[in-house]
Amino acid sequence: MTPLAEAARVTRRFAHLVAVDDVDLHVAPREVVGLLGANGAGKTTLIRIMLGLLPPTDGSVRLFGRSPSRETRRRIGYVPQGLGLYDDLTPDENLAFARSVFGGEAGTLPATIRPYAGTLVGRLSLGVQRRVAFAQALAHRPDLLVLDEPTSGVDPLARARLWETIREAADAGAGALVTTHHMEEAEECDRLVVMADGRVVAEGTVAQIVGDTRVAVVHTDAWARAFEALEARGMSAALVGRTLRVPGVDPAEVARALGDVPAEVGEAGATLEERFLQLTLGERGGAAA
Amino acid sequence: MSWGVRGMTVRFGDHTALEGVSLEVPAGRVTAVVGGDGAGKTTLLRCLVGALAPDDGEVRRPDARRIGYLSSTSGTYPDLTVEENLAFSATAYGISEAETRERAAAFLDRTGLTEARDRPAGNLSGGMRQKLGVIRAMLHRPELLVLDEPTTGIDPVSRADLWWLIARAASEGAAVVLATAYLDEAERASWVLALDDGRALAEGTPDRIAAAVPGTIRTSTARPSGDAARRSWRRGARWRTWSPDGAGDAASQGDPVRPDLHDAVTVAALARELERSDVGGEAA
Repeated sequence: MTPLAEAARVTRRFAHLVAVDDVDLHVAPREVVGLLGANGAGKTTLIRIMLGLLPPTDGSVRLFGRSPSRETRRRIGYVPQGLGLYDDLTPDENLAFARSVFGGEAGTLPATIRPYAGTLVGRLSLGVQRRVAFAQALAHRPDLLVLDEPTSGVDPLARARLWETIREAADAGAGALVTTHHMEEAEECDRLVVMADGRVVAEGTVAQIVGDTRVAVVHTDAWARAFEALEARGMSAALVGRTLRVPGVDPAEVARALGDVPAEVGEAGATLEERFLQLTLGERGGAAA
Repeated sequence: MSWGVRGMTVRFGDHTALEGVSLEVPAGRVTAVVGGDGAGKTTLLRCLVGALAPDDGEVRRPDARRIGYLSSTSGTYPDLTVEENLAFSATAYGISEAETRERAAAFLDRTGLTEARDRPAGNLSGGMRQKLGVIRAMLHRPELLVLDEPTTGIDPVSRADLWWLIARAASEGAAVVLATAYLDEAERASWVLALDDGRALAEGTPDRIAAAVPGTIRTSTARPSGDAARRSWRRGARWRTWSPDGAGDAASQGDPVRPDLHDAVTVAALARELERSDVGGEAA
């Protein structure tokens, strides 16, 4: 199957900075790909290259099997983090405006947001605004969706509804590229691409990326003492409820560091976020060395 | 000491922002207030720190100088450098220069801000600015630390640093309250209050909230049909369907799952939505 979007060995330099370093990325029809990375990892630059807004220094980008152009742009639906809606227009007016820019088919608001069609966007809740932005991005039936933190700031039910919309578009044959900082959102994707320092450092499903990474887990009634004890020995513990999780350290070593703090030390599989941090900080450590 | 609010109601004109909300925030505990935009999180936090007077209800909080507060809109002075921001707070809270210097240096170092010490806060990245805001709010060892969406839009590396600061403040004995729109983050707190439309949807430890889901949640690969469609939502590649009475559309709609906090809060919101649409339906 021809990918909807494909970056092949793409590198982008800004003066001495290598923002994107030899990256391969593709999005196939019916696929939702999540792009993860800390600030400065190169995500935004890569997205701009993928959208055809910025030429790569090296490598090539193909959209729908062709070079990026005004034509390929019309086949993309883009929802930026700021949503790109006009606050002082109504949802209907926003859609009409987008239609006049993109041409093509007339977009309509889904039934659930029809009641808000005549209210100024600036007065709508963020959840409704996000649905309007989705409706606008989907109005011209794009083949590729590019979404930047698409469900940030909304409640879980609203988030589930927004993801239904993304999934419906994918089931109908579109592909989606989603950038996010939130693991809940990442876990909704079919496949993840993790970037650090401009490079792809991991790729696959959540299970594939987490793999068999383990973390030490400290169960204790005295978590505050345990936290300070570990800190004093240079072990960084993350507080989760009343347990402490210590990535990258052997449980026996953690137990030793705890000294006389009453605690039970075990082990558990890492979360996606823990694995992500390890990949990212590991990369940074490597770069600094 | 334990701080908190009881039976709190806040109205803005004819809009009820909070209705009869209660929350205990004991020392040394991290409490998460979770909900979407407009749920009432900020209103609750503002009442808790004394920035807003409730129309009804009780608020218990320490003296203003024993409170640390990071609002969702600002927490730093953009024209002052990182160090000046911290020195300014220290003066305002009457902390000794020596202690400020030592404590600030340790926090800046631990969160990767040392090299940015002399940069104006306005030139920092979002994550750095937010870390500075939290450090400022906790520098004077407050008894109550209130953080309004400290991690929204912040990348995971900075978020890990922010959570280190949060844990540190709690380990020093502060009652920490933070607002978030993300349930995986709320799950890290030891106590959660879920708000929806100004009312409490659920409250307790994340485990207890999850265990208290009424009825049954089932998971299936296909979208449920009929009446069940109204009670279903998509999570990842699969569908989840909630049956309030447990049985109902049982066998045909997939396998039962053990709910987590995410399911519990979704179900609570769904129940509210169904209730509203049923009432609306009867009224029409």
